[in-house]
Amino acid sequence: MDFFTLLIQVLNAVQYGLLLFLVAAGLTLIFGMMGIINLAHGSFYMIGAYLSFGLAPIVAQTIGGGFLVTLVVGLIFAIFLGYLLEWLFYSYLYERDHLQQVLMTYGLILVFEEIRSLLLGDDVHSVAIPAWLSASVQLGDIMTYPIYRLFISGICLLLAAAMLIVLTKTRLGMMIRAGSVNREMTQSLGVNIQFLYRLVFASGVAIAAFAGMIAAPVTSVYPGMGQSILIICFVVVVIGGIGSIRGALIASLLIGFVDTFSKVLLPNVAGVLVYVLMATILLWKPSGLFKAGS
Amino acid sequence: MKLLKIGMCLLSIFFTPSVVFAQSNTKLKIGFMLPYSGTFAALGNAIENGFTLYIKENGGKLAGREIVYIKVDDESDPSKATDNVNKLIKRDNVDVIIGTVHSGVAMAMAKVAKDTGTTLIIPNAGADAITGPMCAKNIFRSSFTNGQPGYAMGEVAAKKNHKTAITLTWKYAAGEESVKGFKDSFEKGGGKVIKDLTLPFPNVEFQALLTEIAAAKPDIVYSFFAGAGAVKLVKDYAAAGLNKTIPLYGPGFLTDGLLEALGDSAKGMLTTLHYADGLNTKRDKEFRLSYAKTFLLQPDVYAVQGYDAAQMLAIGLKASQGDVSRKDDFAKAIRSATIDSPRGPFTISKAHNPIQDFYLREVIGKENKSIGIASKSLADAARGCNM
Repeated sequence: MDFFTLLIQVLNAVQYGLLLFLVAAGLTLIFGMMGIINLAHGSFYMIGAYLSFGLAPIVAQTIGGGFLVTLVVGLIFAIFLGYLLEWLFYSYLYERDHLQQVLMTYGLILVFEEIRSLLLGDDVHSVAIPAWLSASVQLGDIMTYPIYRLFISGICLLLAAAMLIVLTKTRLGMMIRAGSVNREMTQSLGVNIQFLYRLVFASGVAIAAFAGMIAAPVTSVYPGMGQSILIICFVVVVIGGIGSIRGALIASLLIGFVDTFSKVLLPNVAGVLVYVLMATILLWKPSGLFKAGS
Repeated sequence: MKLLKIGMCLLSIFFTPSVVFAQSNTKLKIGFMLPYSGTFAALGNAIENGFTLYIKENGGKLAGREIVYIKVDDESDPSKATDNVNKLIKRDNVDVIIGTVHSGVAMAMAKVAKDTGTTLIIPNAGADAITGPMCAKNIFRSSFTNGQPGYAMGEVAAKKNHKTAITLTWKYAAGEESVKGFKDSFEKGGGKVIKDLTLPFPNVEFQALLTEIAAAKPDIVYSFFAGAGAVKLVKDYAAAGLNKTIPLYGPGFLTDGLLEALGDSAKGMLTTLHYADGLNTKRDKEFRLSYAKTFLLQPDVYAVQGYDAAQMLAIGLKASQGDVSRKDDFAKAIRSATIDSPRGPFTISKAHNPIQDFYLREVIGKENKSIGIASKSLADAARGCNM
């Protein structure tokens, strides 16, 4: 591999890692802050992707807007959905053990998949890249790199920064962190913990759906897309340390590098290397790279 | 707790396979073991549609026997395959099993069919072994083996005077068999495969491998993917600008049923398959019209394979006077028949796999248009079949 190819591969790795972070961020938020193993997280990603496919024509017809308007409408829908789900289902789960959480959130996966199948069918669809982002940069003599992928990376970095600032520098972030350490104590200090959790959950859902929406043009939209990303997201959360946004970012990038370079250099074991990485890190640091609150 | 109960009720609804119980012993029980959920759901439905269409066209009976269908969703999950197929054989006492799409599931089905002697017709899964070492008197295939379309494409690529190729597929049996088919004929024709790139199934992060291809600059790339993976590859390949200098070839699964999702990125792509749009034969036109009228959908290659599975069953039953247990008569009739398929007439090899023409197809507009025959009467290698 010459130096130039190596540079492109580094770019590939960073880009993939950032996309992973975007999906895993919501999961680490919900898992870490609220202590819920949310298997349905992949479904929220899937819902986002299908929103950008299904909403685009409706938005264009009724409001008359393109990609960005669809994103905003989809986000509002996702926040509303998250708020509703927390109220109807998840709020009953805080006091229960993990098995019951897994059962219910697995049930939700099946329900969401069936609704998707009824509403939009089982075909593979694709979402067009908006015209103003559809250019590419020339890399080397025959390869080009789509601008849209760089756009996704930029959005991911912005979002990571925003989440870090909200959680560590604001009053709201302080209350959320307090709630994750001791729910009852925070409540007795006069914080409306029920509303706060509903808010955190809604944001988690919205971030996952947002990831689905902006990833849809590069991943295409297909049945079962949520489950395939769910496992790797849990790997990110576990490596990074449950509940740590900073950890999730670093873990995503690590996985991006391992995945990209193992495919090129060690194709025969590429499938397991990410999990070997996870096992190694857990042996060295059993609670992940950055434990929340530390 | 109440919520949990509701959840469990919902779960049980989703997990119960739809079962139609038979009323009389004289009816022929056909078990569909097909994917009705998940990634391959659309394929399962197309196969069932094609199959039932042929039965309807023939008055709803085969060899004078009325027909009952029993359906099981195989979920494309090999770990549940043996249980599911045993359900059909032991609980429902089916006479014939039709299934399935996923090669891993089909392998488990073939094993059970071989052990129990139940007649099995496979309407898609292309695993080489089924008509290789696993072949049996009571197991038939109406589709293809994985190596066949690849072999046809290798011949085309060699004839076009391409010298070097890189192959790209998921690291699983179907992909490796397809690549092997391509390599066999491409290298026989004077070409050279310089690198085999693989990625773990069902990973679809292609960017790293596309960079490898750009650095190695082969004449062509041969690739096997299906469904969402195929859409992502073709789109990523075009977005990386590689399609301008290095053509992407593959079996028809790379574009079949996906052209709407692929948009412009698939324009002009060449693929090989045993079916194509624009065949312009009387048989195919009649089939398409009848299918479109019945299901309000355009048929695809999977519907054709389902339709031909029914034709093969009809031929076998006619010769055995509706008695599936007369296996020798059943198999002999199918082996010596020419099946009048919408894809064009084909025969069945000794190993029970179609010997058929493979079309070279070009993506023109929203169709995989046939632009000629890539390989005439191509049989599969059937390595290891002793029958």
